[in-house]
Amino acid sequence: MSSTVTPVTKEGPVTKDGPRRNGSGTGVRAGRPHTAWILPGVLFFAFFAVVPMVLAFCLSFTQWNGLGDPVPVGLANWRKLIDDPRLTQSLTVTVLLTVVSWAFQTVVSLLLGVWAAGRQRNRAILSAIFFVPFLLSSTAIALLFYALLDPNFGLIQGDTLGTTSGAFLAIVFVGGWQFIPFHTLLYQGGARQIPDVLYQAAAIDGAGRYRQFFSITLPQLRNTATMSSVLMIVGSLTYFETVLILTQGGPGTDTAILPYLMYEAGFRSYDFGYASAVATFLVVAATALSLLLVRLTGFGAMRSTREGM
Amino acid sequence: MESYSRRWFLGVGATTLISAAGLTACGSGSGSGGSGSGSGTITAMVYGDDAVKIQVKAAERFNASAAARRTGGKVKLEKVPASDYPAKLRTAMGSPNAPDVFFNWGGGSIKAYKEANQLVDLTDVIESDPVLKDGFLPSVLDSGALDGRRYGIPMRGMQPVILFYNKTIFDEHKLQPPTTWDQLLDINAKLKKANITPFALGGADTWTELMWLEYLVDRIGGPEVFERIKNGDASGWGDPAVLKAAETVKQLIDDGAFGKGFSSVSYNNGGAPAVFARGKAAMHLMGSWEYSTQLGKFPDFAKKHLGWCAFPRYEGGSGDIRNVVGNPTNYWSVNARTSNRDAAIAFLKDCASEEYAKDLIDNGDIPTTSNAAKLLDASPNPEFARFQYEMVQQAPAFTLSWDQAVDPSWQSPMLTEINKLFVGKSSPAQFVSALKGLK
Repeated sequence: MSSTVTPVTKEGPVTKDGPRRNGSGTGVRAGRPHTAWILPGVLFFAFFAVVPMVLAFCLSFTQWNGLGDPVPVGLANWRKLIDDPRLTQSLTVTVLLTVVSWAFQTVVSLLLGVWAAGRQRNRAILSAIFFVPFLLSSTAIALLFYALLDPNFGLIQGDTLGTTSGAFLAIVFVGGWQFIPFHTLLYQGGARQIPDVLYQAAAIDGAGRYRQFFSITLPQLRNTATMSSVLMIVGSLTYFETVLILTQGGPGTDTAILPYLMYEAGFRSYDFGYASAVATFLVVAATALSLLLVRLTGFGAMRSTREGM
Repeated sequence: MESYSRRWFLGVGATTLISAAGLTACGSGSGSGGSGSGSGTITAMVYGDDAVKIQVKAAERFNASAAARRTGGKVKLEKVPASDYPAKLRTAMGSPNAPDVFFNWGGGSIKAYKEANQLVDLTDVIESDPVLKDGFLPSVLDSGALDGRRYGIPMRGMQPVILFYNKTIFDEHKLQPPTTWDQLLDINAKLKKANITPFALGGADTWTELMWLEYLVDRIGGPEVFERIKNGDASGWGDPAVLKAAETVKQLIDDGAFGKGFSSVSYNNGGAPAVFARGKAAMHLMGSWEYSTQLGKFPDFAKKHLGWCAFPRYEGGSGDIRNVVGNPTNYWSVNARTSNRDAAIAFLKDCASEEYAKDLIDNGDIPTTSNAAKLLDASPNPEFARFQYEMVQQAPAFTLSWDQAVDPSWQSPMLTEINKLFVGKSSPAQFVSALKGLK
């Protein structure tokens, strides 16, 4: 990260970062660290991401039930994927889930984050409590909500998970409950970085709290919002445990998102070739989407929010 | 900076993705002892429900026995939670950490393992050993067979599907257990008027919904209908009995016979048995293991209020009321790669012992051993024991649960279609045409 710090130090407000940089850097030889430093990261990534990804890609051209050797079948799995009516449904549900989750999580964590950046009484305690869900595992959270939603003995009785909209909203809510704390933290950090002078100037000009929020806070959080959104969207695409535990893709196949479709093909029907085709499709779709987002939002260029200051 | 961030996001996407697929596989494969380790210990993978205590006792007994010393093997049980069992077994069997001995349902559930040459053919072992050959009911041994070869030793009780009812509720409302479908509908109407859900149903686990169709198709069209489907003929789903059964189920659902929230209720996590035991629902169509489940979780209910009867006759249908659906039993099979085959087979022989049968009886199960009949009186509920034993003994046809009987590639789509029918996502006609399209 030292490469990002270097250009910024030329600007005024960041001079207080000076001592910290000297502490962590190697003294005189500031600048890029040795190339060998990336080795652990690259090895980890290669072993746990690239190798399995390549294997899954190869497996998508075979038929394999988990026992014995995979049998090459050419493009059969890919043809099946294109013809599968469940893929279309699955894509629709996945996109819908991603969009609704993004909207829900962004609005709530933005408001909470901006609030938590302030200096109110009780803020620290409440923020700590809000953060708790993020510390639990997704499986534990899903099991907890499954018990809460039990139609006969739960807190919220009724057929929540048995209806299409109920099951869908339950997944959105449980996902939000888990990840909003994390995104709140991002927004809190972002909001803390906004210089007070901006608010002071706005106050002198007669801007009220709402005007300050829309004209200063929101534009200043642009980069935070982009990063948080990309994480949310990529996260939603790979959302899995909650669906498996809460709805098993049901009612019928109405909440069978792509990762669940992949799981079902692999670990219910033992058709690992087809499951790999779905997985490869998912990799390509998720990568394309995140690249597109980065391009569209100009996040790659990372323009400073303090230009002209 | 630009390329750095791009790569990073690519990494985030890819890592999360792969961890979803990769970790599932890794997680499932771990934990079983090495079969190729050469040490004497053998691992037995078993379905971890309430009845597993019988296998725990059997393993303890075997480990202290002369047979264990002679073969130099000790058994280590690996209990797998119910709903994960088939997937975990499959992953383990495809890995170097495969169990030596494993629990299964016979029939379709072991077909893939047989085709991959992963099973020890037990036919000759059984034939040459009087303890095994005469120890079990022949029909039950045959049910676990594939193409006339035997790969499994029966290790649990008989599991016919039975219509359980709450005797106390029935008495209060002056009801008799139904013997015909019209009587069942009449009871249904009366219970609803009294604000009691007529039937408990754990619809979050589709196999519980499956039981209704299994019995209705049998009662309406006879066992021949599914026999044809089981043999791989998808056009068999076009039999009028299947459509009629689906329509009948649909009427029950629309009528509120299972209550409103049934598709959110699970059997595996204890939801449906609790609804039934606490008197919120009056009847429960379930495998005979319901008795041991209730005895474990709600002993008072199991002993005082639990009643049972056969699934009623359907007016105008051709199926015999004595026909049974369900699982004949569960089996132990032996992995062909086991390092200690003698110990594995010696362990399986314990299933034919009187101690093993007594443990089953104590748990409320009915053993499939030849000596079962004389032990029935020792059951915690001899009346239920005799009912179940005679039900199976006298059944003109015993249809294996559809999800275990069909080819594994049909299992998942079939269950999905059944679930869609129950939650109203497809009509009976759509249900039939989707199943006819199975390949």
